[in-house]
Amino acid sequence: MLQTYTWPRYTARRAPEIDAADVRRLPLVVVGAGPVGLCAAIDAAQRGQSVLLLDEDHTVSIGSRGLCYAQRTLEIFDRLGVGDAVVARGVTWNVGRTFHGEREVFSFNLLPEAGHRRPGMVNLQQYHLEQMLVERAQALPLIDLRWQNRVQALRPDDSGASLDIETPEGRYSVRADWVIVADGARSPIRRQLGLDMEGRVFQDRFLIADVLLSEPPFDAGRTERRFWFDPPFHPQQSALLHREADNVWRMDFQLGWDADPEAEKLPERVAPRIRAALDSQGFAHIDFELEWLSVYTFQCRRMARFRHRRLLFAGDAAHQVSPFGARGANSGVQDVDNLVWKLDLVLRGLAPEALLDSYDAERGAAADENLLNSTRSTDFMTPKSRASQRMRDAVLTLAAEHPFARSLVNSGRLSVPTTLQASPLNTPDADAFEGWMLPGAPADDAPLRSGRWLLELLPTDFTLLLFFDPSNAADFFAHAQPVIDALARDALPVCACLVPCEGVPALRYDARPGTAYLLRPDQHVAARWRRLDLAGVRAAVARASAHTAGLPA
Amino acid sequence: MKHLNTQPNFGTPGLRHRQAYTPGDDFYDLLIQGHAGLSDDDSERMNARLVLLLANHIGDLRVLREAIAAARPDAAPEEPTP
Repeated sequence: MLQTYTWPRYTARRAPEIDAADVRRLPLVVVGAGPVGLCAAIDAAQRGQSVLLLDEDHTVSIGSRGLCYAQRTLEIFDRLGVGDAVVARGVTWNVGRTFHGEREVFSFNLLPEAGHRRPGMVNLQQYHLEQMLVERAQALPLIDLRWQNRVQALRPDDSGASLDIETPEGRYSVRADWVIVADGARSPIRRQLGLDMEGRVFQDRFLIADVLLSEPPFDAGRTERRFWFDPPFHPQQSALLHREADNVWRMDFQLGWDADPEAEKLPERVAPRIRAALDSQGFAHIDFELEWLSVYTFQCRRMARFRHRRLLFAGDAAHQVSPFGARGANSGVQDVDNLVWKLDLVLRGLAPEALLDSYDAERGAAADENLLNSTRSTDFMTPKSRASQRMRDAVLTLAAEHPFARSLVNSGRLSVPTTLQASPLNTPDADAFEGWMLPGAPADDAPLRSGRWLLELLPTDFTLLLFFDPSNAADFFAHAQPVIDALARDALPVCACLVPCEGVPALRYDARPGTAYLLRPDQHVAARWRRLDLAGVRAAVARASAHTAGLPA
Repeated sequence: MKHLNTQPNFGTPGLRHRQAYTPGDDFYDLLIQGHAGLSDDDSERMNARLVLLLANHIGDLRVLREAIAAARPDAAPEEPTP
């Protein structure tokens, strides 16, 4: 037990299938009730799907693990019903200071760009997040969440998979039409099926410690992330101080490949490291207690394909990155944000199975981008040769004076959502647009004149954003209303969302009166036009739902 | 510094980037990968050749004079401009 947190212990109920003769057939099984599996189940249930969610354990994450949740992830949490809880419980930070030796190289301020509902980054221990998601899942009757239900064997075939499940009370089997595999970096299912991961293993070890401080080191309202290259208290290596909820602080120490992971985990070895780091920062008066310790190594690698027939791999099971940049949990949540609406359409018979190949294409591209960035951060932080070391140190010594060198200092490029620019679901622009809301981009949030936020008003179906001139609304509706009505009656309906063409929304979307954006159910831009045209919208909806021969009547 | 540009300046003409750090990271990656597999001695040789190639490309001796002065490890920090 931690001073600041008591783990819930969830109980496993006796599965009715243990005593049944027939094998039940289920539309969707999600394996793994970590953040990714929980988000998948919640999203599917909110869309009206029944979900069996299995987890081999009976509690939430041990240790703080995934710590930083990025703006796009918070927006997804909003849609899943936990955004307010995460932001209220988490710590919003914006000042980052980077040191080399004793010298401060530079600092940045992630001052939130005005006009977004959610901040750039919120820190929250993974166990808090998981508990919030579990509570949300338990409030949804369509989710059957079963603890201590371990998938012992999984046999995939063309119409789904058979699962043998082991519980404390006995075994049972089920048939699933679709399986989302979110069983973590060590993914027992991926291993059982002999599916390979490709990428790099880094020969380095890091000590991670959650430390409860007797008082906050910084003034009220100020929260700093500090990162050191080669600090006096930990020479030749890097170190990090980062805040968590409840005045718990994460301290991270690079140890090198030769470190003994067991010895380095001993509290009597860890405590002096933390004391020295705190003392060197002028925090000698602050006492601390260790809450959790781990020594970890990491890999930057991914599965070649995320879809294997009717198995869909997501999160760490599908791809793993170094922790620098907070791209692990964030990309996992974004995986299932991309996946679940597609699966829902397929399950409802509104899209062909081929739509799920776009999950692999889109999230594979996102994984590549995350791997590239986290690999580069790792290469910068842990140079592999004398030449790289010299180059890195040259950047750091130049950085104090020269702005170009500051932009090269890489202690983690923080998670941003991928623009799915090469996606087969996009309709290429025929009209000219400025800015970044190009096909494939996640829709930017924006404040509306009503005081509400654009993203919170979006329906969870395909949505047509229509920008109109508020001073000339009558003309606009004369033209748009028949199109809006027709789209609402289609087999795959499109909702309309009318936005006055003014202020921040018009700027972010480079909108003029009459501009229309087609957004997918995951809020990514599918297509955009300067002028609304029913046939054009229908063709774009068909393309974004993988109906190669056009929409069904 | 009158002639030497020390503002972030990496990029590819005609290409824009969603994240400002991307072209700089692209360059750094090119540079480090360019040294891959070389011994320490060969890396030093490569760096020397690279300096000469880039210096010739820049050509302007006013720029090179300032760059050489700024690169020295004992370079004095620039006087703050009033």
